[in-house]
Amino acid sequence: MPFALTEEQKLLQESADRFVERDYGFDVRTRLAGSETGWGAENWARFAELGWLGVPFPEAAGGHGGGPVEAGLIAEALGKGLAVEPYLWTVVLGGGLLARAGRTDLLEELIAGKLQLATGFAEPQGRYALNDVATTAEGSSGDRSISGRKAVVFNAPSADLLIVPARTAGARTDTRGITLFLLPADADGVELRPYSTMDDSRAAEVTLSGVRAGGDAVLGEIDDGMALLEPAIDDATAVLCCEAAGVMQALVSQTQDYIKNRKQFGVPLSSFQVLQHRMAEMFIHKEQTQSMAYMAVVRAAAGDGRAASRAASAAKAYASEKGKLVGQDAIQMHGGMGMTKEMPISSFFKRITMIGSLFGDADHHLDRFAGMGAGAA
Amino acid sequence: MDLDIGSEDRAFREEVRAFVGRNLPSDTREKMRRGLKLTKDDVIGWHRILHANGWGAPGWPVEYGGPDWTPTQRHIFEEETGRSHCPRLMPFGLKMVGPVIQAFGSDAQKAQHLPKIASAEIQWCQGYSEPGSGSDLASLKTRAVRNGDNYVVNGQKTWTTAAHWADWIFCLVRTDDTVKKQEGISFLLIDMTSPGITVKPIITMEGGHEVNEVFFDDVVVPVSNRVGAENKGWTIAKFLLGHERTSIAEIGRSKAQLEKLTEIAAAEQKNGAPLLDDPRFREKIARAEIDLMALEMTLLRIVSAESAGGVPGPEASLLKIRATELQQELGELLMEAIGYYSHPDTPEALEFGWNEPSVGPDYAASLSPVYFNLRKTSIYGGSNEVQRGIISKMVLGF
Repeated sequence: MPFALTEEQKLLQESADRFVERDYGFDVRTRLAGSETGWGAENWARFAELGWLGVPFPEAAGGHGGGPVEAGLIAEALGKGLAVEPYLWTVVLGGGLLARAGRTDLLEELIAGKLQLATGFAEPQGRYALNDVATTAEGSSGDRSISGRKAVVFNAPSADLLIVPARTAGARTDTRGITLFLLPADADGVELRPYSTMDDSRAAEVTLSGVRAGGDAVLGEIDDGMALLEPAIDDATAVLCCEAAGVMQALVSQTQDYIKNRKQFGVPLSSFQVLQHRMAEMFIHKEQTQSMAYMAVVRAAAGDGRAASRAASAAKAYASEKGKLVGQDAIQMHGGMGMTKEMPISSFFKRITMIGSLFGDADHHLDRFAGMGAGAA
Repeated sequence: MDLDIGSEDRAFREEVRAFVGRNLPSDTREKMRRGLKLTKDDVIGWHRILHANGWGAPGWPVEYGGPDWTPTQRHIFEEETGRSHCPRLMPFGLKMVGPVIQAFGSDAQKAQHLPKIASAEIQWCQGYSEPGSGSDLASLKTRAVRNGDNYVVNGQKTWTTAAHWADWIFCLVRTDDTVKKQEGISFLLIDMTSPGITVKPIITMEGGHEVNEVFFDDVVVPVSNRVGAENKGWTIAKFLLGHERTSIAEIGRSKAQLEKLTEIAAAEQKNGAPLLDDPRFREKIARAEIDLMALEMTLLRIVSAESAGGVPGPEASLLKIRATELQQELGELLMEAIGYYSHPDTPEALEFGWNEPSVGPDYAASLSPVYFNLRKTSIYGGSNEVQRGIISKMVLGF
């Protein structure tokens, strides 16, 4: 039956929801976001213990043999609590790339909670195009020198290893000729300019100046890095849509509570039809985003490249657009209170806003979806 | 019917443009252009420069120190100053309490307050909203109890913009709670240095400090500081709703934002070409420009009716709704234009004189904070839902 969860998936979902409900109140989140690293090491250890870090990986690598669906269920729960742990960056995207490249040695470390990853998939001039890579890797196999700039590299300040697409052949926007390199974050020539982001994540501008990379630093095939990167980003996009669905659920339920309790003109705001209908629209957007997100992770799990790409872009175009509407209406219905930093709703709004452009905004994914031509997803 | 403003008004536009070009301090212009933080001195400094030229109170008649401009001239002044990155003059004295004192105040109140508003010597803030009274303003609970020649005021106001810059606050207070809620409200002028007033900042989601809570704890206010009759404050509140609301259209500022959007879209790249050449994005800019045009033409019709002696009524609600939606639309496109550089949160880059290289392009740092901050515009000054209610009641007769 479509969308029916297995027993294991149900248990995973319940455990993730329970964690967020019991242990991830907004005060906890605020404290962690303001801490030195911006997330909770104790939570990360707990994720490892609960098996969440290994959920999407093959059993041969010490994982649990799940995939994007399981990661999506966790991301959705984390979205409801606005968790600041870098699950998306280390497990879903970084781990996804390692798994596709067959690096089970590193996956074991990751699953044990001992490895943090960041991927430099964006460059200052490249907007959302993964193939726009000006960073170069010069030299011959076995000894290359990497130079360039990576923009807004999420989780870079905490990362042990950086995954860096660099050009080994071809022109700046060629799809062919990109190679993925795995570099220690403290390698000579790696310079980080760290900062917080609008939604309390951590990221950095990464400048690479003649960073040496031997043959063992190559992830996947030389010149064919996009064969790993594009599907891994599609998977991560699908999982991010699940997180968006979680954030939207929180936006809807908090707004629903607020307008039920806030009285003006002697009656609850929820008695005004104009607000009831807006609330109904928000509910529809949230439900359909969840549907699209589930579709995307199911397609991702099936591993059929084109269908997975179409589904990821469709879901992301949808989530970006509807997430914006739900976020804006949530603030509007909270009135002045929604504008304050103190009220949780504004943090949820900022997160859904930033998710809007992560891995490409609605326009980017509309273009991509349209460019893939017609056909059943 | 034509769209030409006439040669006299054209000459006036040139005069304003030339004045701004010569007199707006360059650092203030730079802050406005780049969306950096303004200080109180920047705003008041500009007001004083205008005052020295006789333009300190643009909307006022000559008897109170205003330039006695026609509605068209007032519109031209707003548009020109907005478009050329002048700070917005604080409206609380000039556009709110000033006109109230002119219409309802005693001679003593006029003499005491009006010259200092026009000259920017005294700053005002507005004590309307309360924690329990937002859209339902008339339900306000801050009480003023008569004690001889004084009132004793207790209660709390909130969302008070610039209370931390203000010397005086004008307040709606409850002076009778035994009658219909609109009939027991009075309008008081309160010196912010009075004992018993506490101002607490409210930090908005992007990290800015514009609004405050203001607490009144046994604050003594002379009865002579009441404007109009006791329990007639609601009449004054309604008077303000329709007064000088055409400036709310913010045509000049939106034009400046549209120009900025076009510049940024030309500088940003998409697939190796300027974002401005992307059909999808170009269409969005075009749509914003058309929305701006529709608003400007509607405003000009209202200004024209005003010039012919009409009093602006619920049209102000139309302007408020569409102007704030347009500001939000432009803010959204600006954030969208910069792609991933909408993510870094670098508040230090919003301080004037910060000289480090910026994280992304130098125009990027302010754009997400501005987007977040602009959500307020459809909430404050009577939420857009309240404005739609006004249109449906007063225009459509429902």
